[in-house]
Amino acid sequence: MQRNPAVWFWAAVPLVLLALLIMAIVRLQPGDTLRPAAMPPVERLTISRASLGADGIRLAVLNDGPDPVTIAQVTVDDAYWAFTSTTGPTLRHLAGTTIHVPYPWVEGEAHLVKVLTSTGATFEHEIAVAVETPRLTAAQLGSFAVVGLYVGVLPVALGLCWFPVLARLGRGGLDVLLAVTIGLLGFLLIDAVQEGLDGASQLAESYQGVALFAGAAAAAYMGLETTGQWLRRARARRSGGATGSGAVLALLIAIGIGLHNFGEGLAIGAAFALGEAALGTLLIVGFTLHNTTEGLAILSPIAKERPSIRFLAQLGLIGGAPTIAGAWLGGFVYSPVAAVFCLGLGAGAIAQVVHQLSRQISREPSARFASAPVMLGLLGGFAVMYGTGMLVG
Amino acid sequence: MPNLSRRSLLKLAGLGAAAGTAAVAGTRVSGQAARSYDASAHAAHAMGPVGRVSTETFDPSVFMRSWNFGHLPEEERGRFYRETLRPDGTRLREYQLVAADREIEIAPGIFFPAWTFNGQVPGPTLRATEGDRVRVTFVNAGSHPHTIHFHGWHPPEMDGSLPEHQVQPGGSFVYEFDADPFGMHLYHCHAVPLKRHMHKGLYGAFIVDPKTPRPPADELVMVMNAFDTNFDAENEVYAVNTVAHHFMSEPIRVNVGALVRMYVVNVTEFDLVNSLHLHGMFFDVFRTGTSLATTERTDTVMLCQGERAVLETRFRYPGKFMFHAHQSEFAELGWMGMFEAVEARRAT
Repeated sequence: MQRNPAVWFWAAVPLVLLALLIMAIVRLQPGDTLRPAAMPPVERLTISRASLGADGIRLAVLNDGPDPVTIAQVTVDDAYWAFTSTTGPTLRHLAGTTIHVPYPWVEGEAHLVKVLTSTGATFEHEIAVAVETPRLTAAQLGSFAVVGLYVGVLPVALGLCWFPVLARLGRGGLDVLLAVTIGLLGFLLIDAVQEGLDGASQLAESYQGVALFAGAAAAAYMGLETTGQWLRRARARRSGGATGSGAVLALLIAIGIGLHNFGEGLAIGAAFALGEAALGTLLIVGFTLHNTTEGLAILSPIAKERPSIRFLAQLGLIGGAPTIAGAWLGGFVYSPVAAVFCLGLGAGAIAQVVHQLSRQISREPSARFASAPVMLGLLGGFAVMYGTGMLVG
Repeated sequence: MPNLSRRSLLKLAGLGAAAGTAAVAGTRVSGQAARSYDASAHAAHAMGPVGRVSTETFDPSVFMRSWNFGHLPEEERGRFYRETLRPDGTRLREYQLVAADREIEIAPGIFFPAWTFNGQVPGPTLRATEGDRVRVTFVNAGSHPHTIHFHGWHPPEMDGSLPEHQVQPGGSFVYEFDADPFGMHLYHCHAVPLKRHMHKGLYGAFIVDPKTPRPPADELVMVMNAFDTNFDAENEVYAVNTVAHHFMSEPIRVNVGALVRMYVVNVTEFDLVNSLHLHGMFFDVFRTGTSLATTERTDTVMLCQGERAVLETRFRYPGKFMFHAHQSEFAELGWMGMFEAVEARRAT
């Protein structure tokens, strides 16, 4: 059939007609009959980021409305202030600009920036706590890396140190451990979904935050599923199909947790960049406790195997190190769109891992969770995360 | 701004401030704590809007010194204003006021869909002498019912306030009454909803001079007004005579030692009071201008919505003097300007 040129012709006909239809719509503007002449333009500006420096405030502004918007004035804390813009005053649909306001902001205090358009419409951005936006220097990179190390890498590594204990568990104990892990991850899943949807609701409408989040989650889920299949087949080929499914699952869990921690790093980095974070000891302790359990989750599928120290270290790095990368990205080039996307990836990855883990419990699928120890394990895992989560928030 | 939900607990303000900065040696991400805005490098001249409003259709400086359409060429003036001497020495003063929708520029680049008298906000200043007969032909060329409500003595059918007083679009009405008492008054649309009809721009000054004139002076009309550009019942732009910061770049020129008389009215909506503060000197206040005896000598006068005052002063020193609302917020949103006093000899 593919060789028949007529098929190609008929496939192209609707496309050509569609092109003609769009040309007709653009020319005839049938929508104008529904929109009276006096109707003001639809104006929508999104201020996605405010950066503070020694020379004042810089605002990243995006026009995500359908009509062009002309920026007329800028007020900070209800005072008109001089400003310059990197482009002309008029922004077309999806055009962005950076506005510089030489405003004497006050460290540690709040400011409200308002952009007024030519029609007098106002778009606001609150700077909750004014602190200088970190600049990309070796010292700053180092600082973010240290924070990432504390809250991501070290706790996961600590969790992995439980391996000798886990190796001595019987079958029943292992099921409980798996249940605990599922409980832990279930909590992280809820967390990722909540943060992702929160972030999605703040995005410019054109980015369709919820769809972006869901799409990223689905992509991560299917990506991990495919990767898992591929790894399992590769391992089976190498070792003649003997062992290794636990190792693959552990790797997948590490990847999933890594993606989640990447999102966590983004949030932490952004919080510093936006002046929302005052990193206290208790907070570090909270994240450390919280993330130690993630190491446990990585271990559970390989408790009965004999992984090398090197493999364990690799798993720890895969799970924990993305926190550092996330913190860098969040701190220096924070993009709310990227954040929602990454949180989506994390959520999808965790969902896939939860699915994989639940298949590891040594029972009939129908009665998988129907035992008191397993149920207590599920609740226990969730409760641990909930409890340590309270330290963070 | 990303909502960090759980993590924004990071805000843990108490912890943050105290433990936070000091905690976790080596992880001080906020860098050198003292780094902040470099005030020395940037002068305060960054304050104020960017650009200038075109004065082609409305010039607040011209408005300030004109009444009874005196700014128009004689021929054109006759279309809106006519005065006829009456046997008893008083005058019949006939005005034509037309309500019309018009977009006006109130701050550089910001356009407001105003309702105007004669295409301008504030409407033209009307000025009569106590005992004169005032006859105002009002034509409603706008898109909504409007009225004119004058402050001063008048019979109820001339009040322009009740539903039956509303002049429909395309309609007209003649308001007629004696100018009484002398003082600084105002006129404004009284159609409902009142707030909207006021803040859209339908108001103006109505000055009634005493039979024995006040001493000659350099006279200035100041209408304190404001605009709610996004219709959220809060003003985005404040001014005296409509254009934000106009008198910052166009100072009011006066002569040192000469008597300066300001006719001030507050028609700001949404904010309960407005005020006028003049730097470097004091002025005499004649509340509502209904007495020739001053009641108060001050440098800051507060006026409620619709309240008026006549202010008199003489500039003692040459140079620039700021005047503004002493509500700092109003001042920084446009209600701020300058006087420039010059020695009379040198002023040409």
